[in-house]
Amino acid sequence: MFISPALWLAAGALGVAGVSLGMDPVRSLVHENGTMALRMLVATLAITPLRQLTGHSDLLRLRRMLGLFAFFYALLHLSSWVVFDQGMDLQMILSEVVKRPYLLVGLSAAMLMLPLALTSTTAAQRWLKRRWTQLHRLTYVIAVLAVWHFWWQVKKDLREPIAYAVIVTVLLGWRVWKRPRAAKARSAPATTQGTA
Amino acid sequence: MAHKSASIILPSEITSEALFHDRRAVLAMGLAGAALGAATPLTALGDIPAERYKAARNARLSVTETPNSFEEISGYNNFYEFGTDKSDPAANSRNFKPLPWNVTVDGECEVKGSFALEDLLAPQTLEERVYRMRCVEAWSMVIPWVGFPLAELLKRHKPTSKAKYVAFTTLNDPKQMPGQRERVLDWPYVEGLRIDEAMNPLTLLAVGVYGKALPNQCGAPLRLVVPWKYGFKGIKSIVRISFVEQQPRTSWSHAAPNEYGFYANVNPAVDHPRWSQATERRIGGSLLARRQATLPFNGYADQVADLYKGMDLRRNF
Ligand code: HEM
Repeated sequence: MFISPALWLAAGALGVAGVSLGMDPVRSLVHENGTMALRMLVATLAITPLRQLTGHSDLLRLRRMLGLFAFFYALLHLSSWVVFDQGMDLQMILSEVVKRPYLLVGLSAAMLMLPLALTSTTAAQRWLKRRWTQLHRLTYVIAVLAVWHFWWQVKKDLREPIAYAVIVTVLLGWRVWKRPRAAKARSAPATTQGTA
Repeated sequence: MAHKSASIILPSEITSEALFHDRRAVLAMGLAGAALGAATPLTALGDIPAERYKAARNARLSVTETPNSFEEISGYNNFYEFGTDKSDPAANSRNFKPLPWNVTVDGECEVKGSFALEDLLAPQTLEERVYRMRCVEAWSMVIPWVGFPLAELLKRHKPTSKAKYVAFTTLNDPKQMPGQRERVLDWPYVEGLRIDEAMNPLTLLAVGVYGKALPNQCGAPLRLVVPWKYGFKGIKSIVRISFVEQQPRTSWSHAAPNEYGFYANVNPAVDHPRWSQATERRIGGSLLARRQATLPFNGYADQVADLYKGMDLRRNF
């Protein structure tokens, strides 16, 4: 389900199965992958509140998958830009990233996702214990950076970035609001995986 | 251009209150006998016969690059009046009615009034001009416009010595232009040129593309084309042309003055704050096509660089 946009984009890029990426395929690739990365990120953040509301703890498995898909689409987004938009012109890429703060913000978000993806296995979770939870709170920072990056690159129509900013604020606000209870729960014996 | 014989009935003379003024203005201009009425059968009010758009190419002022396809030109547009996505204009402009159309000409000129489009076109020989189009977003196309030099229209209205600039206004009609229901920009869209820019032979008023009337999403029925400037200067669906003394408050330069200037000349040396203007992506290339270098004044420096002699183009971007 979450992979289908990527398959569709791949079909469009290769020109197979009658899929077309429109008049400006490079822009479509950057746009669709960036949008998917952001959506997956928001979905990842929605899991904990959903779990707390519904009591479905198997949602946690979904959370890992969503997080990895966010990373996957962020990589596709980044590489579409590097390969197709910039034509792998390293000098140009470097000067662009240095000159355009919104790119630096996006790049920081993508970089921060790397350690999270690498420690996404159950083994890593067991090994890092409490530190895993702390590490994976980086997701909050990544989400803020991602919305900031999106906001900054918009030409004029801010409705979409505003919508994402509101959603992310609600999802992060939920955690702040719930914090006293979480702290209480932590002092109680045998809590399971964290609230990241 | 034909003159005289005021007895020929112009389409606009099939009287209605609103059109009464057009006729007076047209008579005042001495255009009443224009070939249109005589040469073409009377069609519905405001119609412009299809043959008019099949214009001969002005090779001297056309580039030799291969034009983009009609599908590209009519499927990838920035026309915020119909939505902010580039596919929105084609999708949301289907019910737009470009004809009949009136244009108000006013301000610092002698011949003012509201004119039916067909009357404005009557004295013009339309020509095809293949121009480069460079969007401020760093993509570009090559487009075979059909139109006539703006200068010819402006001169007929006899600008006074106070006419330092020309301001253009797009139709403001949220019923027909759904994008205007959102205040993305300060509607109506306004653009402007210095009078010498407006009089430059390259500056075109376009009514068609590929030998046909402009599709709605391309700014039907009348739009500006200034090939050495970024595309947003090419205001679409024009309802008003005003001669003014002060530099007009143009939409994008007002919305984001640090990003879009009044002049907006294509300039690879002056970046947009968020992207480089040194290169551009030609629409229609393969996924692996390289970006190409953007040329100063979009390659029209020979014809227009003189207009800006002594000006700091970094400041006046
Ligand atoms: C977590 C990481 C990231 C997320 C969630 C993200 C998300 C987005 C989103 C949603 C858009 C808007 C798409 C559109 O409407 O066209 C966008 C645009 C863009 N992003 Fe990212 N992005 C990320 C990282 C990056 C990185 C690492 C780069 C490159 C260094 C990058 C480069 C761009 C570019 C070039 C645009 C298009 C700007 C334009 O069209 O003018 N992004 N991004």
